[in-house]
Amino acid sequence: MVTVPEREARAGAPRIPLLVAAGGLLVLVAALGISVGAKSIPLADVWGYVFSPDGSDDASIVHDQRMPRTILGIAVGAALGAAGALMQGLTRNPLADPGLLGVNAGAATAIVIALVALGTTEPAAQVWFAFLGAAAASMLVYGIGAARGRSASPVRLAIAGMAVTFALLAVVAAITITHPRVFDQYRFWQVGSLAGRGTSVIEQLGPFIVAGLVLALLIARPLNALALGDDVGRGIGASVGRTRLLGAVSVTLLCGAATAAAGPIGFVGLTVPHVARSLVGPDQRWVLPVSMLFAAILLVGADVLGRVATPTGELEVGIVTAIVGAPVFIAIVRRRRVAQL
Amino acid sequence: MSSSTTETATLLSAAVGGRRSLRLGTATVLVQPRGVLIGVALGLIGVVVLVLSVATGTISYTPGEVIEAILGGGEDSTQLVVQETRLPRALTALLAGGALGASGAILQSVARNPLASPDIVGFTQGAGAAAVLQIVVLGGGPTATAIAALIGGFGTAAAVYLLAHRRGSGVAGYRLLLVGIGAAAAMAAVTSYLLTRADVRDAQQAFVWLTGSLHDRTWADVRIVALALLVLLPLALVRDRGLRILEMGDDAAQALGVSVQRSRAVLLLVAVALAGAATASAGPVLFVGLAAPQIARRLARSGGPSVALATLTGAVLMALSDLIGQRAFGDTPLPVGVVTGVLGGAYLIWLLTFERRARH
Repeated sequence: MVTVPEREARAGAPRIPLLVAAGGLLVLVAALGISVGAKSIPLADVWGYVFSPDGSDDASIVHDQRMPRTILGIAVGAALGAAGALMQGLTRNPLADPGLLGVNAGAATAIVIALVALGTTEPAAQVWFAFLGAAAASMLVYGIGAARGRSASPVRLAIAGMAVTFALLAVVAAITITHPRVFDQYRFWQVGSLAGRGTSVIEQLGPFIVAGLVLALLIARPLNALALGDDVGRGIGASVGRTRLLGAVSVTLLCGAATAAAGPIGFVGLTVPHVARSLVGPDQRWVLPVSMLFAAILLVGADVLGRVATPTGELEVGIVTAIVGAPVFIAIVRRRRVAQL
Repeated sequence: MSSSTTETATLLSAAVGGRRSLRLGTATVLVQPRGVLIGVALGLIGVVVLVLSVATGTISYTPGEVIEAILGGGEDSTQLVVQETRLPRALTALLAGGALGASGAILQSVARNPLASPDIVGFTQGAGAAAVLQIVVLGGGPTATAIAALIGGFGTAAAVYLLAHRRGSGVAGYRLLLVGIGAAAAMAAVTSYLLTRADVRDAQQAFVWLTGSLHDRTWADVRIVALALLVLLPLALVRDRGLRILEMGDDAAQALGVSVQRSRAVLLLVAVALAGAATASAGPVLFVGLAAPQIARRLARSGGPSVALATLTGAVLMALSDLIGQRAFGDTPLPVGVVTGVLGGAYLIWLLTFERRARH
């Protein structure tokens, strides 16, 4: 039984109303995501177009473009929020972002190698390269962390992740600096965007995200035990090694799929869990779902904002999340007593 | 620092064992036999790399010719190549690497976090955003880029420090980390935006700067970093003991009589200024600041931080990386940041895999 985090959490906001409010906000933001764009569709008509399309141009815009994009935004957001919360819980490090297991760097390396060796530019094919690269990198990091029969302690995992990340990023830099055309493609991928992904990406990666989210929620309780330290955790009956391995698998599925779908969006997974903890305390059973909801709201909201922010074209979601999110995050950190990991 | 703190620290270190304390006036320097050995070895490797960097290239010289040219003798052409091209570059590499290593070691202790680097106060990203802005929008030369980087870096760091400050409680370490994360992310987004909106050639030039490059370094660069190291490194070394105590946490440090707020502020300033000097001369070279302290810790087999060893490790990592980047890839030399990432990453992975047991 883990009771320590619960006592601390009681000081925070009421949790059930918070979840309901966040859910309501997400529905509203999703409706905006379908309504707002180059061709604006009245909010009042969104419901009708979504559930009973009449074959009009507006209905096809909703079904072919806006809905897939909004659903992808929710999925990627939830995945990044959960992955960030897991990563910070697993490493007990507030600086841990979901990419710390080498996931983002692995995806970037695979994309760049696919570009230079095979000329792969189609999103549907790139997605698989990115996902495989992400999985390979995180397996490597975990392997180093747990090398020679040691348990993958948080600090070892963090340092191994950092080492692999920078080695891979250097490979990316070497290739892009010597191949201007690859660089031209890479610079747009590395921003992070939801534009033009289509339904195929959701079909390809959706199952991985769902599996990752379920796994994350299942290990929330043993994760709480790990927060007390490996020894105490083991003492109160948590299987430290298994929890950490399952957590790493979940992060890889979530962050790998999110990065493959939308490019590396670091800010969401890094900051949203801190905000969630400041509201519901350190109990992972609450931090995880709240992080998923908040991150999905942030991502879809930023995507909507990016579509209307400039008169011509749009701002990529990766840029908007950080530019809009950072001041909000800093204000929250200054105001509240943030629950430490 | 009061004398009682000194005694406590000496007692603490004596309890750890294997260390000798050396008293130099008011300062006490802790000396570990293994640490000294590693330090001397790193110093020797640094000298060898320096000589190799200067001696090899499109025209090769014997070590004798190199030393002669450095001292002002030998043929004019040799003197020109050695004095004006190769020596400033090699020295910038050593010094900037050392500055980054020291900076990383200080920050990782102050933040009590092995992932800490000048990023935690937003310095790297602020410098990067301003430098990229200069390259792709204003289009000035390398000096303008260096100045822009310093303004952006110090501006962001100052903003983070002030934003993390709260009346009553001062600057808490944890809040500083989180505010730094936010500011760094915003600056990184600005950089991404500029890279996607710029002409591809400008963007690529900016990307090379972001990776870290020692192309066309002059004596002016050497002087900047040398001056910074000369002034700042002693400050950090004297406070090495304070660092060990800060690593125990704010409360413990307070109890041991260390003024947490002041120590942290001074050390942060020293670390950021060291990183600033290195960034102005070589760009925000990937990974040296993060990897050097971790490699140094594992080489010395000590749990505690050592600014001196991290400095030497950083210097060797950077100089060796530039030597490899310049000589190993034929006609397309790679910027130093590419090699530091691969070399530092691979070496750290090797150390992690084969270290005898977990240190932490």
